[in-house]
Amino acid sequence: MTHRHDRLIDVPGLARVEGEGAMHVRVRDGEVEDVRLEIYEPPRFFEAFLRGRRHTEPPDITARICGICPVAYQMSACAAIEDACGVTVPPTIAALRRLLYCGEWIESHVLHIYLLHAPDFLGYDSALDLARDRRDLVERGLALKKAGNDLMEAIGGRAIHPVNVRVGGFYRTPAPADLAPLRERLRTALDQALETVRWVAGFEFPPFYHDHEMLALTEPGRYAIESGSIVTTGGLEFGVRYFERHVVEEHVPHSTALHAHLAGRGRYLTGPAARYTLNQRWLSPLAKEAAEAAGLGTQCRNPYRSIVVRAVETVYAVEEAIRLIDAYEPPPFPAVPVPSRAAAGYGATEAPRGTLFHRYELDADGMVTSARIVPPTAQNQAAVEDDLARFVAGRLDLDDHLLTHQCEQAIRNYDPCISCATHFLDLHVERS
Amino acid sequence: MTTLAVWKFASCDGCQLSLLDCEDELLAVADRVRIAHFPEATRATEPGPYDISLVEGSITTPGDARRIHEIRAMSRILITIGACATAGGVQALRNSADVAEYASVVYARPEYLDTLATSTPIAAHVDVDYELHGCPIDRGQLLETIGALLVGRKPDLPEHSVCFECKRRNNVCVVVAYGEPCLGPVTRAGCGAICPAFRRGCFGCFGPAERPNDEAEAALLESTGMSGPDIERMRRLFDPGTEPVGGTS
Repeated sequence: MTHRHDRLIDVPGLARVEGEGAMHVRVRDGEVEDVRLEIYEPPRFFEAFLRGRRHTEPPDITARICGICPVAYQMSACAAIEDACGVTVPPTIAALRRLLYCGEWIESHVLHIYLLHAPDFLGYDSALDLARDRRDLVERGLALKKAGNDLMEAIGGRAIHPVNVRVGGFYRTPAPADLAPLRERLRTALDQALETVRWVAGFEFPPFYHDHEMLALTEPGRYAIESGSIVTTGGLEFGVRYFERHVVEEHVPHSTALHAHLAGRGRYLTGPAARYTLNQRWLSPLAKEAAEAAGLGTQCRNPYRSIVVRAVETVYAVEEAIRLIDAYEPPPFPAVPVPSRAAAGYGATEAPRGTLFHRYELDADGMVTSARIVPPTAQNQAAVEDDLARFVAGRLDLDDHLLTHQCEQAIRNYDPCISCATHFLDLHVERS
Repeated sequence: MTTLAVWKFASCDGCQLSLLDCEDELLAVADRVRIAHFPEATRATEPGPYDISLVEGSITTPGDARRIHEIRAMSRILITIGACATAGGVQALRNSADVAEYASVVYARPEYLDTLATSTPIAAHVDVDYELHGCPIDRGQLLETIGALLVGRKPDLPEHSVCFECKRRNNVCVVVAYGEPCLGPVTRAGCGAICPAFRRGCFGCFGPAERPNDEAEAALLESTGMSGPDIERMRRLFDPGTEPVGGTS
């Protein structure tokens, strides 16, 4: 069984990922011939039905692409439309957006760390099974996740598909007194986040490394979340408006996600490990200290260790939220006017899973004539497939059951969001 | 122990995420029901039949139109969760468009896709026992429904409009006070009137209330200065209408 030279390994429905996908691996004559991360999440055609909508509508509509990171969609949409209209929001509104976004980073990262990823390292099928043995750990994770959701509810109205975001700012801004109770909760969350870093740092990380180019937004002086320009580990630097000049997408038959490459350079990776590798100098002293104590070093090229990066970024997001609450000054107006004009606009922000790019073209009446959305999971798909091919090649002596299980875990390292990428996964290993 | 299964069709994952977002109640729920199939949360899966199935998402592919029948056959109680499952979701905006043209806008090789011309609610294909509306659903309604079914009573789910929730929450009426267009009078309650509490008109994400007064609503929206096409777009975002829909059932 373990010496068959031709095999087909199939994981028809990947568990503990967001959305629906599968993986196929074909092995022939002892060589990995093909690895395909299949995305069968049905297409929903957002870019098509955004056409003909008013320029104020994309934040609410694109939020519906993903229930886990709706704020990322709202923020990239606002950034792109405001860019088209030549409007820059005042710093007080930008700060409140960053605070809301911190809530989403906390909620999404903690969901992945505790409920989707950690069970793999500990040998459980789910966090609910883990809770039977270690209820305290899961309760800590849920409490930390709730701090993120509470922040989103206070500023956004609700955690999934917040209602308070609009082009130009917000519908209603919170009074400082509304944020005070959150500050207390975030103090407790900061301790829980630091405990989380120490906990995941103790997991066993298989020695597996990649050499992909990595891409993230960067901003001098702080860890880029809702604004910045793009840099890569290969030395590329460009403004968000030039994204499509550098990133090319292709449509492959096995996926309802489009695969992205860097023009003339090939596959690349975006997400927490890329951000950490490119921007760690801008982390807070406390987050840096936690990263160092966790043994992260200056870069993260072992996908398994991404769980540690997520935990460090959670520390950062909690601390940054506290800082933003302490510095909060209610904007004089909840939103600035954004009169439309015939123009194209570009926006990118750091969704929990990586750089999320939007482009809109508007006509003179303020209607969207063209929309383009490039989500992080689609950008990562080629790099993930490359990793899986090397991963499987090194483990062909495993039986199908164990190999399949390990491939699933390898995929979860990337926290793929298939709902986002579908326009994005099933595991089959074919040893024919 | 009662078994619970969670299923996904075309959707954003947000409604099933609502269950994982019940941070204070999730472990208590897991103590009282056996989660037999919930791929987003666990890789363990038990074969049906299931006592309760929660179904998220709309039917948009021929394969999904077949799969929902299999799920119905395995489920004692089937509950649809969210705007996609109950009404088709925002992706039902395709229903009045040319899907081949849509596919060509988004995908370089539309021939790789296997998609239906319409996005249709689950109830257009199989019998549904309860519907939880909203984009996303309300966590409280989800817990109420699971809790009620565990003790064998009917879930208490409102059919009145968002206006009642505004009154209960002491919200100032955003139409009267600020001239904001609002779908509250014709939209099903359940969210807790969040948008008006944020000085924004309701945009209808819970779908139409029972017996909506559409004419009065149109006049109300016009009174805020909205034009016909803007009104139509606002009303149709989460309510693709009740025209006969395609599908295989």
